[in-house]
Amino acid sequence: MKHFKLIVSFLLTLGIFFVLNTKLGTVPPIGKFLNPYTGIWQNETNESISGNIFIPNLKDKVTVHYDAQLIPHVFAQNESDLYKAQGYLTAKHRLWQLEFQTYAAAGRLSEIIGEGALNYDRTERRRGMGYGADQAIAYMEKYDTETLAFVKDYADGVNAYINQLNPKDYPVEYKLLDYQPEAWSPKKTALLLMYMTKMLAGGDEDLEKTNTLRLFGKDNFDLLFPDFFDITDPVIPKETDWSFIDVPQTNLPVSKAVLDTIRETIDQPHPDNGSNNWAISGTKSATGNPILANDPHLGLNLPAIWFVMQLSTPNHNAFGATIPGALSVISGFNQYIAWGETNATRDVIDWYKVEFNEDRTKYKYDDDWKDVSIRVEDIKIKGKENYKDTVLYTHHGPVVYDKNFKSDQELAGYAMKWIGHQGGNNQKTFIDLNKATNYDDYVEALQHWNAPAQNFVFASTEGDIALWIQGKFPNKWEGQGKFLMDGSNPENDWQSYIPQQFNAKVKNPERGFVSSANQHPVDENYPYYVFNDGYETYRNRVINDYFNSKDKFSVDDFKALHNNNYNLKASELVPFMLEHMDTSSLSEEEKIIYEEIKVWKFNNDIDEVGPSIWRQWYSKLYNIVWDEFEVEDTALDAPSTYQTIYLLKNYGNHKFMDIVETNETETAKDLFLLAFKNAAKRLIEIKKEEGDYKWGNYKGTYAGHLLQALPAFSRFDIPIGGDRNIVNATSENHGPSWRMIVEMTSPPTAVGIYPGGQSGNPGSKYYDNFIDDWAAGKYYSLNFLQSNEATSAIIGTQILIPSTHE
Amino acid sequence: MNKNIINFIATILLALILSLFLPWWSVMTAALTTALFIPLKKSAVFFVPFLAILLFWAVYSFILSSGNDYTLTKRIAVLIPLGGNPYVLMLVTGCVGGLAAGIAAIFGKQLSLSLEKK
Repeated sequence: MKHFKLIVSFLLTLGIFFVLNTKLGTVPPIGKFLNPYTGIWQNETNESISGNIFIPNLKDKVTVHYDAQLIPHVFAQNESDLYKAQGYLTAKHRLWQLEFQTYAAAGRLSEIIGEGALNYDRTERRRGMGYGADQAIAYMEKYDTETLAFVKDYADGVNAYINQLNPKDYPVEYKLLDYQPEAWSPKKTALLLMYMTKMLAGGDEDLEKTNTLRLFGKDNFDLLFPDFFDITDPVIPKETDWSFIDVPQTNLPVSKAVLDTIRETIDQPHPDNGSNNWAISGTKSATGNPILANDPHLGLNLPAIWFVMQLSTPNHNAFGATIPGALSVISGFNQYIAWGETNATRDVIDWYKVEFNEDRTKYKYDDDWKDVSIRVEDIKIKGKENYKDTVLYTHHGPVVYDKNFKSDQELAGYAMKWIGHQGGNNQKTFIDLNKATNYDDYVEALQHWNAPAQNFVFASTEGDIALWIQGKFPNKWEGQGKFLMDGSNPENDWQSYIPQQFNAKVKNPERGFVSSANQHPVDENYPYYVFNDGYETYRNRVINDYFNSKDKFSVDDFKALHNNNYNLKASELVPFMLEHMDTSSLSEEEKIIYEEIKVWKFNNDIDEVGPSIWRQWYSKLYNIVWDEFEVEDTALDAPSTYQTIYLLKNYGNHKFMDIVETNETETAKDLFLLAFKNAAKRLIEIKKEEGDYKWGNYKGTYAGHLLQALPAFSRFDIPIGGDRNIVNATSENHGPSWRMIVEMTSPPTAVGIYPGGQSGNPGSKYYDNFIDDWAAGKYYSLNFLQSNEATSAIIGTQILIPSTHE
Repeated sequence: MNKNIINFIATILLALILSLFLPWWSVMTAALTTALFIPLKKSAVFFVPFLAILLFWAVYSFILSSGNDYTLTKRIAVLIPLGGNPYVLMLVTGCVGGLAAGIAAIFGKQLSLSLEKK
């Protein structure tokens, strides 16, 4: 009996230990997690911003001044120390995010969160994320060891921080998921750059378009997906003279699209990933100084994607937004120039059908067989055995789809040709931009940039403004890569690249401003093949109309434009629908909604109801217009918003307007009414559930924590207007992720803000403290320190000191 | 002094000292040890170390979080979920430590009994 009690109590003890020490499902190991000496209570701290810190391998002392926004102002004596300090400080404030993003990039999330992420991991690996990062490192090893050395310095800095940590100091997310930080390496920086490339140049619709062409034929395809819309207001102004270009477009071979049926495709980046930027010349500026602005539109996350820093050595002094994992300032300014980016999407992903021999060791090419190479992706899964995925590589690139992944074809597959796989030297572009002093330096710095192609806006204290569309672009034949191509025909390969000096650009245009908002880069006169790669058609026109509307602009005008909520898209369709819709059958309740949208002035402000009615109405309309695109087991993308509205207004009787399911033949007019009634029904429901459908509540903008928007670490119901296709491009969980305005005084004067905070610790008051001001359209003055002396704006100073005992 | 009080104080002190070297389960070790050397009777075997560690962890977590306006505590109390109330989270924290300690103490008591028998 005594022994029985002993054994039971022993088992109980073991049991409680096991339960409290083990992560069970999504529940963290509760004893580890909650105990006050190593658990989450240790994360109840604000950051230390004073005192001395010893760091191995520093060459000299580095001074770090913090201002009230917790922006570190870094004064290093040389570049090597500067990037060490950047790595150290980024890790100090954003360690978990820094690491998590590279796990996501590499397809390693299963290691942290288990089997649920396996499909995601396989996709990222088959997309060639790790392969691309390897190519970038190989490129630097071969051609640019100087940049690689800085990337190593950054890694040393990150590791200096990680090595100082005790488990109790790990960011709270590590404790929640029960894992530890690992050492940082240059490969992780390369992975982070791949992550950005995927986010901004990782989307394509080639396979969906192939299905569309097969199902609807070429005439319909061309009507629904034209290369150019009926209106274009391109990044590079229409009147540009291209006669200096003396390398012709690749000749058109005899090539036919491969009309396979594709069931499903891999995940695409968020379609709204985009940005605005613009700059005005001195003659257009109220003060006579050029002014530049940038606001990249990305997912609204916590910790925020950006981390703002001032990074200086005795030879240069840069300030702006950095991305955890990448060196130097990405969107910012120094004493002489300012720069910023918007995405310049172009079709830089193409798909090739490859046919294998019987044991899939060779593939057909040019009437011969070529060897495939093999990359085994070994995916670790938390709590399970590793999953090994063998990915076949052709000279095109990885065979993403084959019998092992989203395809049934035994001896064929689709290989991906992606500019992201070609080792570039993107990091050097930013390092050099940080040090650039004039237009020529800027042009020089851009040459290293391959992908993702960006519209790099530029302004200098010398008075120049410019915008280059920089990326490495294949010189395609007319129509190349729009659809799936035959991978055995050499004429389908990318034949050459557009010489870098012939990339589209504009410097000091007569109109006195440059701008970009992800629209068409050029018009039809540009001598290379460019077709519509999902270009934006609304923000660009609002921005350009604004700068054409008067002679002089000030920083306040720039702020107003950043926060401009004008819904050009709605203004181009709502009046037409109101005019042509038969309202006789509307009920009393529907009439109220009808009257509400009738008086709407097309501003997406938070207190308006018009934007919510429009959103409901248009989305219902879009779905019934494109009911033809709902085909089972077939990957399809319906046409763009712009073309949809164009067709509704100009082709109202086209057979696509008809709803296939019904016996009647519907026209656009009928769809307006049908969609309106459906929308009204839903709006009345929302009113019953939530009290009203004012835009602010309806939209419910939120900044979600990187871990599936864990409510505890996220911010909800952020009161901000705007929407996609509006200059203030804030939709539910996406929008202006960094707003910056720089006036080119000497030295430049700048303001900036982003939806987040400098700290990655949910226990810090600096975690999300910018969000309310950001939503209200406010900015912070950026304290551009000109010397190592702390000014009154500085609230704490920390000195990084070389540690003697190495 | 009452044995219960002695055990109570000893458990806290030992837990405090062991926490300097050991992970969270130092509270189990502490309770087990005191149960061996300062044996208690009946329900006190469980409740004395339970209350001792509950008090220790709850007070310690209060000290750590009050200095930072309970910023993280409020968030974790949403995550767990405890309605965002930081004090409930402190109580839960204390109960978790207390439970582990109490059960370890029962084992300690049984161990001491079986050792006596031999």
